[in-house]
Amino acid sequence: MSNLVIAEHDNQNLKASTLNTITAASKIGGDIEVLVVGSNCQAVAQAAAAVAGVSKVRVADNAAYEHQLAENTAQLVAALAPAYSHLLAPATPAGKNLMPRVAALLDVNQLTDIMAVVSPDTFKRPIYAGNAIATVQSSDKIKVMSVRITAFDAASTGGSAAIEAVNEVFTADKTKFIGEEVAKSDRPELTSAKIVVSGGRGVGSADNFKIIYALADKLGAAVGASRAAVDAGFVPNDMQVGQTGKVVAPEVYVAIGISGAIQHLAGMKDSKVIVAINKDPEAPIFQVADYGLVADLFAAVPEMTGKL
Amino acid sequence: MDTTEIERDSMEFDVVIVGAGPSGLASACRLMQLAKEHHQELTVCLVEKGSEVGAHILSGAVIESRAIEELFPNWKELGAPLNVPVKRDELYLLRSETASVKIPNAFIPATMHNEGNYVVSLGNVCRWLAEQAESLGVEVFPGFTASQLLFNEDGSVAGIITGDMGVGVDGEAKDSYTPGMELRAKYTIFAEGCRGHLGKQLYSKFQLDADADAQHYGIGIKELWDIDPSKHEEGLVIHGSGWPLGGGTSGGFFLYHSENNQAVVGLIVDLNYSNPYVSPFDEFQRMKHNPLIAQYLEGGKRVAYGARAIAKGGFNALPKMHFPGGLLVGCNAGTLNFAKIKGTHTAMKSGMLAAEEIFAALQTGDTGGKDLAGYDERFQNSWVYEELKASRNFGPALHKFGSLIGGAFNFIDQNIFGGKLPVTLRDDHPDYAQMRPASEFSRIEYPKPDGKLSFDKLSSVFLSNTNHDEDQPCHLRLTDPSLPISKNLPLYDEPAQRYCPAGVYEVLGEGAEARFQINAQNCVHCKTCDIKDPSQNITWVTPEGGGGPNYPNM
Amino acid sequence: MKILVAVKRVIDYSVKVRVKADNSNVDLTNVKMSLNPFCEIAVEEALRLREAGKATEVVIVSIGAKAAQDQIRTALAMGADRGIFIDAGDTDLNSLGIAKLLAKVVQDEQPGLVILGKQAIDSDNNQTGQMLAALCGYPQATFASKVVVDGGSATVTREIDGGLQTLQLTLPAVVTADLRLNEPRYVKLPDIMKAKKKPLAVTSPAEMGVNVANTITLVRVDAPAERSAGIKVDSVDALIDALKNKAKVI
Repeated sequence: MSNLVIAEHDNQNLKASTLNTITAASKIGGDIEVLVVGSNCQAVAQAAAAVAGVSKVRVADNAAYEHQLAENTAQLVAALAPAYSHLLAPATPAGKNLMPRVAALLDVNQLTDIMAVVSPDTFKRPIYAGNAIATVQSSDKIKVMSVRITAFDAASTGGSAAIEAVNEVFTADKTKFIGEEVAKSDRPELTSAKIVVSGGRGVGSADNFKIIYALADKLGAAVGASRAAVDAGFVPNDMQVGQTGKVVAPEVYVAIGISGAIQHLAGMKDSKVIVAINKDPEAPIFQVADYGLVADLFAAVPEMTGKL
Repeated sequence: MDTTEIERDSMEFDVVIVGAGPSGLASACRLMQLAKEHHQELTVCLVEKGSEVGAHILSGAVIESRAIEELFPNWKELGAPLNVPVKRDELYLLRSETASVKIPNAFIPATMHNEGNYVVSLGNVCRWLAEQAESLGVEVFPGFTASQLLFNEDGSVAGIITGDMGVGVDGEAKDSYTPGMELRAKYTIFAEGCRGHLGKQLYSKFQLDADADAQHYGIGIKELWDIDPSKHEEGLVIHGSGWPLGGGTSGGFFLYHSENNQAVVGLIVDLNYSNPYVSPFDEFQRMKHNPLIAQYLEGGKRVAYGARAIAKGGFNALPKMHFPGGLLVGCNAGTLNFAKIKGTHTAMKSGMLAAEEIFAALQTGDTGGKDLAGYDERFQNSWVYEELKASRNFGPALHKFGSLIGGAFNFIDQNIFGGKLPVTLRDDHPDYAQMRPASEFSRIEYPKPDGKLSFDKLSSVFLSNTNHDEDQPCHLRLTDPSLPISKNLPLYDEPAQRYCPAGVYEVLGEGAEARFQINAQNCVHCKTCDIKDPSQNITWVTPEGGGGPNYPNM
Repeated sequence: MKILVAVKRVIDYSVKVRVKADNSNVDLTNVKMSLNPFCEIAVEEALRLREAGKATEVVIVSIGAKAAQDQIRTALAMGADRGIFIDAGDTDLNSLGIAKLLAKVVQDEQPGLVILGKQAIDSDNNQTGQMLAALCGYPQATFASKVVVDGGSATVTREIDGGLQTLQLTLPAVVTADLRLNEPRYVKLPDIMKAKKKPLAVTSPAEMGVNVANTITLVRVDAPAERSAGIKVDSVDALIDALKNKAKVI
């Protein structure tokens, strides 16, 4: 078996999501090679070569790949694919944009968002927005998949893999890159933030929400709210996390003054680490929190903001 | 936004039917059958507020197949989902948290015997009826509410107006605003079920209940469970009463073993209770811990939850069911037979009779808008009337004498005199007026749910799949917004917090800070608030179409 | 220009799924089914392009069991012109098979633009649009939040990690719709009646001569593991320490 991990990067830095994907590949077993497709992206290749467990890094460094468009990147990956049993990419917008196109060129199916490796041909993946977990077995000769990054730890550094150039060049003649704007908001977007700080009815008023914002800013976090807080008019309803609001799965979810009604849990239960701060020790949120602090939020939250 | 100024599109039909429950669907099917028999063109439009037919249907249910057999003699071939005949029928009195006694068969009122009946999902029966209606040519429109009545200049009912879509929480039109439209008909059949909101307006406009006793209601709360196959006995039907209800609060429970290793369990609490601390939801949750019930549920998994008010006043509370331009059918009129705890067959039959009356009128070239008093005669000559009349004392006896002596009265009345005992018991006090001040009672401390047999309200509502777009006007209107805090809170500890089975109403804060919160998104359309608020200050109106629960197999 | 929109019948977004007791799949018996929300957005976008004079016809295609025709009718009631239903009966299709069927439809219909939802809310695959684009050799723009059609090209704004990307595609092309592309209209009652009379062609994978063999087997389906309570810390310091040193997340 041999795995090819498609690196996610911006031509300068290797994105952390690649490290989680390398760990997923290590669970499958066999060699792990990393493919870096980009332009002036040697620094990325070197970063990938330094990841423990990587045996080789292949770099397709050409102006044609500057924006990593799906059309020509997929052609390149498909051309290299026959040497591998598994092709993996992070299940991020970039990986999801690319991998199905690769699979179709290879005339195989694709597995999206794998969250566990059961065996080299059998994987677990969430369906119905995570409300059910499917175990699926693939009989395709080459298994093409995207990897749920929060389900796998990041691979560590300490490797020294060889770097090899890939010279095939494909062009995307029917797609023109016009531009890119990275969100200018001071705060990250709720659904894509790594950390989310949410306030509930316990926060008490719209004005009191400023202590939630202050903590979020300190953590570089997005701000969410429970439906009760939205219904009470503390915050607008595009901040609502839960069954009828947004579904989030950040690395850390900090629930402040949120009792933890099941409707709210439905929107955040896939978070990697859940922290709850609530003065009611019986609040249901503590039944799902990894770390719970029974305290008055008006004292604890400013204290936490101050100490971070 | 002033909704009276809106230009609305209009469509015309021979008959418009409001509500795709058993009575509305039976009306629709019967109308089309008659049209086909007489080779007559007929346009029938049926609107249903649920996102699909069956989405808002909640019933026990053990049903009598009599009306279905009349409507579709070949119902078995047509695949009607009446798959589980009742095999065994038991009646219990729960004595305490741990004890129950079985009532010997010989002492059970005849109306409570269920041989020949079927355990069904009424939602699925309605889905099937809707298929029949559509194949007969009825236009069925789920996801559309009948939000307003439409009148002719002479005051007769001209049809309905469907709800506006895309109105924001502030009452202003959003980008997606789509005005409701006029659905005009020669005759409109109102089949909204118990406490229909247009029905309520019709009662008042045409004084339909002037000569009737006050209607009585119950709230039925139901759960669907996957149970351990080794404990499942398809067709087993259990009814009973007693614990945990008591102290002037009455009602009864049911537990039916249906198909696919599933069972349904439910509790009906009569809404004439006087203790404002009573919480029907919590009564139901703790009831499930009685070993009689727990023995079946333990090791199982709850899969669905819902609640709905039922009109159980029966014969004495029947209103006038006709008025210029329209007819009332089914539970919107109150045709349920409480002695049998069954309303499907009577509702369907009332709908079929309404269809026959309207069709007969249309055949004479009637252009609509008349008061079809002939419906009365058809109704009075039918088995529904006979059946309801025979059961007229059942409810009042229980209300008057309590379940023990009242039960004995019912046994004598129903089994020995066949419901023909020459007395009529009456109970003319409306349920909401029975509420007594909280100061006369002490608070009921309900046990905490264990998460296995009993559950909290919000995780229950979760399983009703209820949903309303949050950006729409609140569909629970307070005539006087200050009343919950100024009157209901000090006098009754605001009972809405407890009678609502979906956690819609909350009082937040204390003392001068106290605030009445309405979580309209949670609403399961049971109508209990509209019925039981002691100040009669809450009016349930239709939310945006498609909102509300999405019951599967209920 | 003709726009082809592929739609899928899925469990309604407001219904909670339940895994069957035998773990073979989720239980969909008598649950409310709907048009996949992202497909609905795709239909809306196609209609807006037609209403803006950028397209002349909107054709809806769906694949599945007979009941999927309901969702084609919904799209027709929204305003689409005609439908194509590929009756696959109970066959368990996966994305590649679906993409191959759609590619055949594209070959027959020659649309200038194909719009799909970015993913279906049941399988959550997010694959079909990309696969279709690959099979047709068309350019693709997934996660679209804005589509501008001008002459022979479409300029599409895409939602990517941390921001937005804009691509210009030479038509014909495949676009997949994200949540913020538009807010679909409400269907009007007379339009539902009209939709019943709009043309709906029925075919099947066999008639189309497309091999839809499945290479993915569903082994079992489980309910997600319930989270269990972690630890309670007694101070803010202990909490910060745990997050920094134990969980290593801040």
